[in-house]
Amino acid sequence: MKSYELFDRNTTAFIYGSQQKAAQRMLDFDYLCKREKPSVVGFITPTGVGNYKLFWGTKEITIPRYLTIEDAIKENPDADVMVNFASERSCAESTMEALETENIRTIIMIAEGVPQRDVRKIAKLAKEKGKWIIGPATVGGIKPGCFKIGNAAGTVENIRDTRLYRPGSVGFVSVSGGLSNEGYNIVSRNTDGIYEGYAVGGDVYPATTLIDHLLRYEQNPNIKMMVALGEVGGKDEYQIVQAVKDKKITKPLVMWVTGTCAEMLPGGVQFGHAGAKADSKEDTAKAKNAALREAGVIVPDSFEDYGEKIKMTFDKLKAEGKIKEIVEQTPPNIPMDYAQAVAEGLVRKPTNFISTICDETGEIHNYCGVPIDKVIKEKYGIGGVIGLLWFKKVLPQYARDFIELVIQIVADHGPAVSGAHNTIVTARAGKNLIESIVSGILTIGPRFGGAVNGAANHFSWGLENNLEPRDFINQMKKKNIRVQGIGHRIHSIDNPDERCEIMMNFAKEHFPKHPLLDYALAVQDVTTMKKNTLILNVDGTIGVLFVDLLKSLNYKDEEIKEMIDMGFFNAFFIIGRTIGFMGHYFDQKRLKTPLYRHPWDDILYDVPEKPEVVK
Amino acid sequence: MAQKGIREYDAKRMMSKALPDFSNGNIKFEAKQVLIGAKTDLEKLVKENPWLKEEKLVAKPDQLFGKRGLNNLLYVNKSWAEVQKWINERMNKTVTITQTTGKTTGELNYFLVEKFVPHDDEYYIAITTHRDCDTIHFSTKGGVNIEEVWDSVVTLDVPLSTEIDDLDVKGFLPKELGDKTEIIAEFIKALYKMLVEYHFVYLELNPFTFVDGAPVALDAVAKVDDYASFQCAEMWGDLKFPSPFGLEKTIEEEKIDELDERTGASLKLTVLNPEGRIWNLVAGGGASVIYADTVVDLGYTKELANYGEYSGNPSTELTYGYTKIVLDLMTRKKDPQGRHKYLLIGGGIANFTDVAKTFTGIVQAITEFKSKLIETNVKIYVRRGGPNYVEGLNIMKNLGEKLGIPIEVYGPETHMTKIVSLALDEKVG
Repeated sequence: MKSYELFDRNTTAFIYGSQQKAAQRMLDFDYLCKREKPSVVGFITPTGVGNYKLFWGTKEITIPRYLTIEDAIKENPDADVMVNFASERSCAESTMEALETENIRTIIMIAEGVPQRDVRKIAKLAKEKGKWIIGPATVGGIKPGCFKIGNAAGTVENIRDTRLYRPGSVGFVSVSGGLSNEGYNIVSRNTDGIYEGYAVGGDVYPATTLIDHLLRYEQNPNIKMMVALGEVGGKDEYQIVQAVKDKKITKPLVMWVTGTCAEMLPGGVQFGHAGAKADSKEDTAKAKNAALREAGVIVPDSFEDYGEKIKMTFDKLKAEGKIKEIVEQTPPNIPMDYAQAVAEGLVRKPTNFISTICDETGEIHNYCGVPIDKVIKEKYGIGGVIGLLWFKKVLPQYARDFIELVIQIVADHGPAVSGAHNTIVTARAGKNLIESIVSGILTIGPRFGGAVNGAANHFSWGLENNLEPRDFINQMKKKNIRVQGIGHRIHSIDNPDERCEIMMNFAKEHFPKHPLLDYALAVQDVTTMKKNTLILNVDGTIGVLFVDLLKSLNYKDEEIKEMIDMGFFNAFFIIGRTIGFMGHYFDQKRLKTPLYRHPWDDILYDVPEKPEVVK
Repeated sequence: MAQKGIREYDAKRMMSKALPDFSNGNIKFEAKQVLIGAKTDLEKLVKENPWLKEEKLVAKPDQLFGKRGLNNLLYVNKSWAEVQKWINERMNKTVTITQTTGKTTGELNYFLVEKFVPHDDEYYIAITTHRDCDTIHFSTKGGVNIEEVWDSVVTLDVPLSTEIDDLDVKGFLPKELGDKTEIIAEFIKALYKMLVEYHFVYLELNPFTFVDGAPVALDAVAKVDDYASFQCAEMWGDLKFPSPFGLEKTIEEEKIDELDERTGASLKLTVLNPEGRIWNLVAGGGASVIYADTVVDLGYTKELANYGEYSGNPSTELTYGYTKIVLDLMTRKKDPQGRHKYLLIGGGIANFTDVAKTFTGIVQAITEFKSKLIETNVKIYVRRGGPNYVEGLNIMKNLGEKLGIPIEVYGPETHMTKIVSLALDEKVG
């Protein structure tokens, strides 16, 4: 590669930062140019290592991440470009580091807001080392057919429309990064296209200026004419005037300096770019344009006829036979990104998941269509939220209250029950919250807590089949099934369980109907005749009352059955009791209890002296 | 925005902190001074600065303009009571001042009050910064318009990354300084080190003098590189950047500044003429200048209502907020002759900004201002390219049809500033 070239078709680069989108745009450009290999060989990401996935045409490839510039160079000694996306706070430091390496020759500083003194030092060191900096405060640039810097030149469509995938004859350079793409467009519409194009950035001291690039273009025999776009502020353009006068620039140069309006406006207006401010007469756009024109540069009357002047200059060179016809080739297709295609309504695909209870994709997530802020403002409460997420209904107040009542009643039942016991033992084994409570929850089932579902099931079956209570008990006995939800260790018909009383009274007062409770109580009348502790217990009460609740909410019998089958009723026990399990977990951790070991004297060791030998 | 002027008060405040540090304590620099704004609690100020009542004082506006003596805005060798009265008479008053660059009219709202220092010698020093070096200018003939005595100025270039201690500072100073040479060289070195470390881009003391062997700055003009604020926050202390005199920001401009500071995106607005009929809503620092240029080049400077730009991929919320402020300003009054007003939603071909997305915020604001826009006879021209521009332009086109507001829409095939002449030609016709 000649000294006046920055990139060729084999140039490879590092991206400093996690700019995967920009890297993808570079790879798409590479593919469009039919480069043999991707131009990005690594990301330098001080936050971690690994890989990023990108597309090379239709194929997905991985590009490694490195912690340091040094690591990246070790693995890719041929890479000589770093596109630096570091923030304005760290851009100077990482650029300096890259400048000090043997391998990296060109660095692009994207960040806006890098302190001037830092940039001045960088620019000086780069010149001393014969290296190139583009920026800061730039989008970069492009060399058609060879290399594209980051986000420069925009989308694949734009690159195709402005034929930036293959070189033309024009060297372009602008101050503004935002305008560079517009510049490529204007050049493309009026000539055979861009050979190279860069934006040096709108700072007061861009590390390289327009003249640095124009002098490179002057040396490059492939560039037949030059187009530049300057800006009010600073005196960098006068170097161009001098270079033209000194015949250091001899190729046709079309140039316009923007900011001609500045003198008409009150002093002190700072345009969008830091450097765009005239401190003296010489700095004004008018003075610069006049000086350029006088030196022999082709300067339009206003930005309006910039394109025309470019076209005239190009056509003249063409007529003189100095520019050869380019044989156009069609660039390969780049598949559209799926997200883009979806956005444009070009593709569709069946989904693998369905959610009908919650949608977090909007501005504010919602529970079954009710935005979360409304849930809070309208005081849905835990009962109301369960209504939305489990029942998919806005429940009436009595139903919400009943749910919360049940949760409170079942929240804990002491450390001795299997779930709490397991939680405590696990907590004491040094396991964390989730492991400990899961160990407790895993004991919930047909014997512990699970009677809720069973009771709902059994009594519903009896009622649906219009069985007299006594008949119901007999039939269950015949099938050898213990009626779930009946019987208590201590409480009896004479010493009722307060918890059951509360729930039953609530139902009697608030539920529009409670047929299953009535039925279960009729069954209780029969069972307590046999033994007075065979009462409807907490599980049984919850079970039958939830059926009654659902009936009150006009659920059909089949629907209720389906809900029982999927464990709906146990869910209230699980959610309630988890509160208790967590309490036990925190209790143990606070008490700093040691590992639990069950005492020998509580275990019957009945091990045979010899095992039976099977022949 | 890079190079920003700071108040004389702040420059001296920083010097009093920095100079002893950068001279191993050899240079003492006392800044007996207070800054008085319209809302300053004077009683509290005197309590904290009892010297105000004990010393003779100097008072002057501190608003980034010079030539205060020539403009009768310098009040020297007075008592605290006199100074209070003098400031009181001038606070929040509009005055026109004359500077070398011309006349400027603005409101006086900040005054510097400092200890009066009787002195004989007046020296001049300025340090300018350039791409490859910094330049120190010194003269023994300070206190006057330095251009008039430029022959007396000696200069020393300090190449970038060179230590000032390695240079012969004493050698470049005029011989006539005699035994003062040592202390002045020491002072210059400390000043230069401060300039570098504190990221000043310009510093001028005209004049400074010596009292009991310590330098005293009788005036200070300074600019800092505000890009370095993340490095200098602690050194700079509580530093605010005032608007240039006569360019005090309107409430709307301040609102935009607030939006601008909140994010990585860039939002700028300068209202040039609220009665103007051409309003720019342009994307990009470079493109926005060209749109303003074109309006001026076509001879409609008087109709140019604003300069402004949005860039750096602003969020929908930001473009919405920005557009609302511009629309509010433009629809406050009808044109007295009932002519069209023009909103130019312009921009080049974006590199990576999603055009449709940035238009979302603009569309929201336009929709909200529908009736006001119709009432004030606003016509909208759009020109933009870049990612998703086809969809973006469609959105704008449909919006016009939906709201019944004339909106003309152009893409990259049309020259960027064509919409300016389209709008203006129509106006002529």
